[in-house]
Amino acid sequence: MSEIELVKNMISITIDGKEYKAKEGEYILNAARANDIFIPAICYLTRCSPTLACRICLVEADGKQVYSCNARVKEGMEIVTTTPNILEERRAIMEVYDVNHPLQCGVCDQSGECELQNYTLELAVDSQSYSIPDTKRETKNWSSVLHYDAGLCIVCERCTTVCKDMIGDSAIKTTKRGGSALDKSLKGSMPKDAYAMWNKLQKSIIAPSNGTEHTNCSDCGECIAVCPVGALVSRDFQYTTNAWDLKKIPATCAHCSSGCQIYYETKPTSISDRREKIYRVTNEWNYVSLCGAGRFGYDFENREVKKDKEAFKRAIEAFKKAKVINFTSVITNEEALMLQTLKEKLGVKLINREARAFQIFLDFYKQYSGKSLYSLDFKEIMASDFVISLGTSLRNDNPNARYAFNNVQKMNKGAGLYFHPVGDTLVPTFGRNILTFAHKVGHEEAVLLLLIELFSNKDELPDIVKEQLDREKLVELLGGDSKFEASFSKIMKKKEKFSLIVGEDLYFHPKAKNIVKLITILEKTSPIKVAMIPPKTNSLGVALICDLDDEAKGYTIGYNALGDFKFSALGDGDLDAPAMNQQEGTLTNMHKRVTPTNVALEYNGYTLHDIVKELLNIPTKYTIDWTPKLPINKGFKSIDFDSLPNGYSNDGTENRGYLLTEITSEAKEIDVDKFDENIALDGDIAYRCNPQRQFSDFTNKAHQIFEEFALYASPKRAEALGKRVVVEFDSGNLELDVKIDERMDGDIVAVPDFKSDKNIYELFGASRYQKVIIREV
Amino acid sequence: MGLEKFKDRNIGTQNYKKLDLTHPPKSGWDRFKQVVSRTFKPELCIGLWVTLREMINALFRGKMHTTQYPLEKLPISPRYRAIHEMLRLLESGHYRCIGCGLCEKICISNCISMETRYDENQRKEVSEYTINFGRCIFCGYCAEVCPELAIVHGGRYETASEQRASFSLFEDMLTPIDKLNLQKEYQGFGAISPNADDNIKKTPLAY
Ligand code: SF4
Ligand code: SF4
Ligand code: SF4
Ligand code: SF4
Ligand code: SF4
Ligand code: FES
Repeated sequence: MSEIELVKNMISITIDGKEYKAKEGEYILNAARANDIFIPAICYLTRCSPTLACRICLVEADGKQVYSCNARVKEGMEIVTTTPNILEERRAIMEVYDVNHPLQCGVCDQSGECELQNYTLELAVDSQSYSIPDTKRETKNWSSVLHYDAGLCIVCERCTTVCKDMIGDSAIKTTKRGGSALDKSLKGSMPKDAYAMWNKLQKSIIAPSNGTEHTNCSDCGECIAVCPVGALVSRDFQYTTNAWDLKKIPATCAHCSSGCQIYYETKPTSISDRREKIYRVTNEWNYVSLCGAGRFGYDFENREVKKDKEAFKRAIEAFKKAKVINFTSVITNEEALMLQTLKEKLGVKLINREARAFQIFLDFYKQYSGKSLYSLDFKEIMASDFVISLGTSLRNDNPNARYAFNNVQKMNKGAGLYFHPVGDTLVPTFGRNILTFAHKVGHEEAVLLLLIELFSNKDELPDIVKEQLDREKLVELLGGDSKFEASFSKIMKKKEKFSLIVGEDLYFHPKAKNIVKLITILEKTSPIKVAMIPPKTNSLGVALICDLDDEAKGYTIGYNALGDFKFSALGDGDLDAPAMNQQEGTLTNMHKRVTPTNVALEYNGYTLHDIVKELLNIPTKYTIDWTPKLPINKGFKSIDFDSLPNGYSNDGTENRGYLLTEITSEAKEIDVDKFDENIALDGDIAYRCNPQRQFSDFTNKAHQIFEEFALYASPKRAEALGKRVVVEFDSGNLELDVKIDERMDGDIVAVPDFKSDKNIYELFGASRYQKVIIREV
Repeated sequence: MGLEKFKDRNIGTQNYKKLDLTHPPKSGWDRFKQVVSRTFKPELCIGLWVTLREMINALFRGKMHTTQYPLEKLPISPRYRAIHEMLRLLESGHYRCIGCGLCEKICISNCISMETRYDENQRKEVSEYTINFGRCIFCGYCAEVCPELAIVHGGRYETASEQRASFSLFEDMLTPIDKLNLQKEYQGFGAISPNADDNIKKTPLAY
């Protein structure tokens, strides 16, 4: 946002007698926080809807008592954060929370960072005025990661709120506690809000919303993160350490292109083994939400590595004779730059399939739109009120893209269109205004034509596009239902900001070029703006930094990938490399941001930097000496690693690394191909797609991530397929167990690509979908 | 000696007595008189007599004052801070430590280290616990902070051994289960003050 806009949207308010600026329409609580003023608040979560469960955030605004988490600021508003009455309410609220709360801080995992402890002390609760008979509340294991201790739960509803408004699973809800009713006489005698809060608290408790004992959810662990007390903890972490013993290492998650802010929390492994171990991953949950891979897949380090001089010598020899370097996108920008330098100096070819496909797509986009980067980042998507998803299995490809899609529905009274050949039963539950289309594989262009038909200003369109805009036919072709017109005009009501998420299906598409053209036309002639999901962790960085090759033959070095000489952080290579949690450097994420990550665990072996230094005689000392050398003409900045910030400020502004600069160039004339509906695939189709929480060999190595390398199918299809199948591709066969993915729908099956040694990209070739023959073994 | 005085930590109200010392001589003559009287009084013999009397007492009357260490040991104050002991619950015999980690945190020489885990009974179990006595300065903070009166200082002040490790594990410090009946409540640092009850506000209960 530019300076001028910022000033325009700012209004003046007074808090406790002092004047401050606040964003128009902001909640009082957020406005106060942005100005570094403390107002107690327990149940409110930034980016989610206020639930008014705790009522402790009371303030007086223009003489009236309001809840600061759901009352909005107005020009000239006078806010008082404490009055004698408010203090009385707050104290009573904390006393109520302490009624029957188990005295078990001594063993509780939240102790030291517990909001109940903190606020009890903050409000100086040193005596108790209330009591009620306790109800038996059992502890439960809701899933492989979730442990719920109802005894500790204060029913703030933060877990249910985040699961609904942010994650989208809505896997937990409040349910009846069966506690005794409050004494009616209290209604008159105790503070009003405290009474109302208690009345609700006494009636409810949290439980899985599907009515069973188990959540069957995405296991993202965000509910654990937001729980203010020790009621929700990770089963693996429970009782293993105390919060204050852990060292927080600010980092960037290495698993997908969302590049979420995380802290690796470490302490020595045990009394006899003093080497650091990661005990858990936490996040700034008010501003970023993790998925299960990021939160639980943290122990992928390359352990026990020493400097093996012989192996290093062999590696140098291998690099000298190498013709090709094959690598993945789980790599820092600095390392990508080193590989690019090797290419320039030694003439090796660089192979990275996922980044190459994305690179070509971005290149087309640059040619036709004149912009080096896609228009929106995913924060801007969250701010839109109409979001469209095309060419991505939202649930599997990128959890944060999915959270954005969901959040728009919940927070902005939004609507959405979801186009994907693989049916998904979760997406439609995000909101009432979502239309889903399970179109045929290969009909992605038709989707764009439909979008142009629906949203574009027809006068600006080239004739060849105009000719193809037959609304009814397109809707029918894409599998829309007969009531489309009515439902579409309903969900379009009062919508202002439109966004389009596109994903990997389009990068691996035979008509990728034409698709880019259509996207560009759509952006030019309609209010829709596009955001792209880079396929893997640092695909965007690699695509910008490296000059990748399509095909290459000869002696190959595999960096965390297949090759004749393997340089690998997975512990199985000819020379060991550090894993992402043992490295410092930067990653480029889908928010077009270059973010720093730091060393959580020690690594004593050789790094790519050592090899490059030896090969090219470059006088750099550390990998991060390459940070300021990242290519400025691609949008990077020349900033030293150590001066990159990594955090959020109180108003939610992200201060992590820096944003890529968009480079503009002259746009080419667009000549669109005619869409041919016969390109659709028929028959048995396999889709290259990972199960939730699996992204690469690294997530697979983590002990809490157990989703198998198997064939995933909808319950119906899985039953028809049997236990174990052979999948025959044109270029080879694959034998896999069949697993049910309850949230899949339809007949397309998913084949994961997270194991690099299975060489799945080779089987699928240039497309993400392949016609296959599947037979039971 | 009773323990009351140790328990009474309120130093300000203790009774101090002033000694009645005679005034020093003022003039030179007075000083001369003092020297003469001290020189010719048989005070030396008084001193010698005390020694002789005690020798006779010790040798012939069985009133020996020397402690026959190491056969005999002096009783030490309950506030003495020697090698730690880990106490057990008297009723169940289970160790008292709940693994809260406060002693580990407060230790100013960073010599306490522990491991905990989620056990089969859904409780926090202390699976390993150790104090590095090479570093411990016996400050008593751990005993003071312990909410369970689990870690206390014992009277075991003889800390010579081939290995420091001989003292440092949980089992070494834990009251042996067969000696549970001999376990004494700790009276030193961190023990409950005699007026603890007066300082507690009662929580109402609805049962
Ligand atoms: S939730 Fe907080 S107050 Fe309750 S036992 Fe745990 S640390 Fe103590
Ligand atoms: S489990 Fe935690 S987050 Fe959920 S309602 Fe209870 S206290 Fe709040
Ligand atoms: S783990 Fe995630 S999806 Fe599951 S209940 Fe918690 S917030 Fe919801
Ligand atoms: S895997 Fe992706 S979405 Fe999940 S925490 Fe990591 S970066 Fe975020
Ligand atoms: S302070 Fe006491 S209860 Fe806590 S860990 Fe130490 S010995 Fe155990
Ligand atoms: S934070 Fe406003 S009601 Fe809880």
